[in-house]
Amino acid sequence: MFRRFAPLLALLLVLTGCATRPPETSAAPPDTEGAFPVTVAAPGAPAVTLDRQPQRIVSLSPSATETLFALGAGPQVVAVDSASDYPAQAPHTQLSGLNPDPEAIAAYHPDLVVVYADPTGLADALAKIGTKTLVMPDAKTLDDAYAQFQALGKATGHQAEGESLARQTRDDIDKVVADTRKPARPLSYYWELDPTYYSATSATFIGQVLTRFGLTDIADGTDPKANGGYPQLSAERILQANPDLVFLADSKCCGQSAQTVAARPGWNTLTAVQRNQVIALDDDIASRWSPRIVELVRTVADAVAKAGA
Amino acid sequence: MPDTRTRLRAAVLLTGLLVLAAALIGAVLAGASDLGWQRVLAELWAQVIGGRSPLSAREAAIVWQLRVPRVLLAGIVGAALAVSGATFQGVFRNPLADPYLLGAAAGAGMAATLVVVLAPAVTGWVVGPLPLAAFAGALGGVGLSWLVGRSAGRGTSTLLLAGVAVASFLTAVQTFAQQLNTDTIRQVYTWMLGGLTVSGWREVAIAVPYVAVAAVVLCLSARLLDVLALGDAEAASLGLRPGRIRLVVLAAASLATAAAVSVSGLIGFVGIVVPHVVRLLAGASYRVVIPLSLIGGAAFLVLADQLARTIMPGELPLGVVTAFTGAPFFAWILRSSRRGLS
Repeated sequence: MFRRFAPLLALLLVLTGCATRPPETSAAPPDTEGAFPVTVAAPGAPAVTLDRQPQRIVSLSPSATETLFALGAGPQVVAVDSASDYPAQAPHTQLSGLNPDPEAIAAYHPDLVVVYADPTGLADALAKIGTKTLVMPDAKTLDDAYAQFQALGKATGHQAEGESLARQTRDDIDKVVADTRKPARPLSYYWELDPTYYSATSATFIGQVLTRFGLTDIADGTDPKANGGYPQLSAERILQANPDLVFLADSKCCGQSAQTVAARPGWNTLTAVQRNQVIALDDDIASRWSPRIVELVRTVADAVAKAGA
Repeated sequence: MPDTRTRLRAAVLLTGLLVLAAALIGAVLAGASDLGWQRVLAELWAQVIGGRSPLSAREAAIVWQLRVPRVLLAGIVGAALAVSGATFQGVFRNPLADPYLLGAAAGAGMAATLVVVLAPAVTGWVVGPLPLAAFAGALGGVGLSWLVGRSAGRGTSTLLLAGVAVASFLTAVQTFAQQLNTDTIRQVYTWMLGGLTVSGWREVAIAVPYVAVAAVVLCLSARLLDVLALGDAEAASLGLRPGRIRLVVLAAASLATAAAVSVSGLIGFVGIVVPHVVRLLAGASYRVVIPLSLIGGAAFLVLADQLARTIMPGELPLGVVTAFTGAPFFAWILRSSRRGLS
């Protein structure tokens, strides 16, 4: 039974992840502007109406947790799930975002719960105790991520911050992309999600970010949307495609590095390995649609600039 | 009369070997990357006979460091699983017995999970401790089933039931460990799906000695298994010791399973179906079933892995392919053989 759901679960886990790093944004004082009730929805999720500003928020999504703190809604957050490990001051608990337990969540007396998916009817269960549930699904595009920043801002009474965070992130990313010198010839890349060569095509959130730099994704087959955009490649295909850049989003989870990649059979023949263009990323920053996406974009920009030089 | 039978057996074995050889060569010539079979053939020619190869250094690496070891490994794993299945079915006189029943898979899964949970940073799938842990876990699972079964009493059904209990318990431990650390669940699931995506000469070198030893032991024991199939009393009356024979062949089959599991993850279906097909096609004598299961299992998994590698732009989990292609084939064989019998 679980075998059938394994790829799905795997995908979910790719999109969540875990992290540690100093906070980037200073907490803004909580403002009271924004007249409640408000109705908010993330792209692809049902709308939720909040009658008043939530004061006790439980976040079960690492990306949402990062966004809430970046917005200045941190003081309103009373609990975050076990995978939400950034920022450091977030109130970490053993709550599970993968398999959320309404009773365990209720123990924190939340007035708003943020999750990234609700396949188990969590929203209905929490509605019985008068708690609203906001679903913030996996962002499919950068615009989805910006929309989530705005939705979370609006839902928590930080509408202005939400809008400025979205604008700021968009501007930062656009600037980094614009400032990066385009390589003379188109570069290709392989994005590694785990050491069994699960990858991401250009149709995914991360693929779209990399496409902005004019890179081509070796995971794109005839249909980039095939396999949900996260196909498992064979080593043969990767070697034959000979990517100019290899991005490792499995450095923390699975101990992968430029050295381990170079030691794989046949991989020493790759351009990326020979030119030292294997980039180990922070798995968490590389898998969340949070404001820290800017850091990832900078890392990619550096790699592209170096490879194109 | 025995002469005709011997000749028939030789013919069947020879046919099996030819099919396996064709599968191996086909699998080396065509793969996930589009090198062109003529160019690969020219490369093989250049390497074996001598001359210029049309392949670049990277393309040659694809053939020799990725494709050839993967094809060989598929053959080794398939042979190990099928011959173990045949042995388990014979020893327990139970057509549903397979290498995974006696806690081998559950033990391997539990050990692999514990390693991933307890030491996530050191788990490089390719060269890390995961295969070793799976290996130890598979042997431990079978050993535990055997101990529990022996202490509960004699008879093959006791051992099978003990295997079920042990497997359930080990699976529960695995699930518990996963719940404690959901971050690493993905790695375990990938492994549970089974596959040869990450394989090279290293994995071949890990698996070959164990599978080879087990294959030799089982081929030599084939005659004893035939006697055992008559019943324990008959075997004892012929001066054999059924308990000891069981122990030896089970140890050999578990060793082969553990070696296969440790390099390929869990690949179901091969161990249960290949021996049945062999029996339907070539009769129930273990002197035929054991070697033919080796050959047939190897050929089947080489072909299944070829499909897994080439059918879609991405890889398909090998366990899915074995069930997808094997089950209808099995049903067809079953149906036509029944019709022939009636």
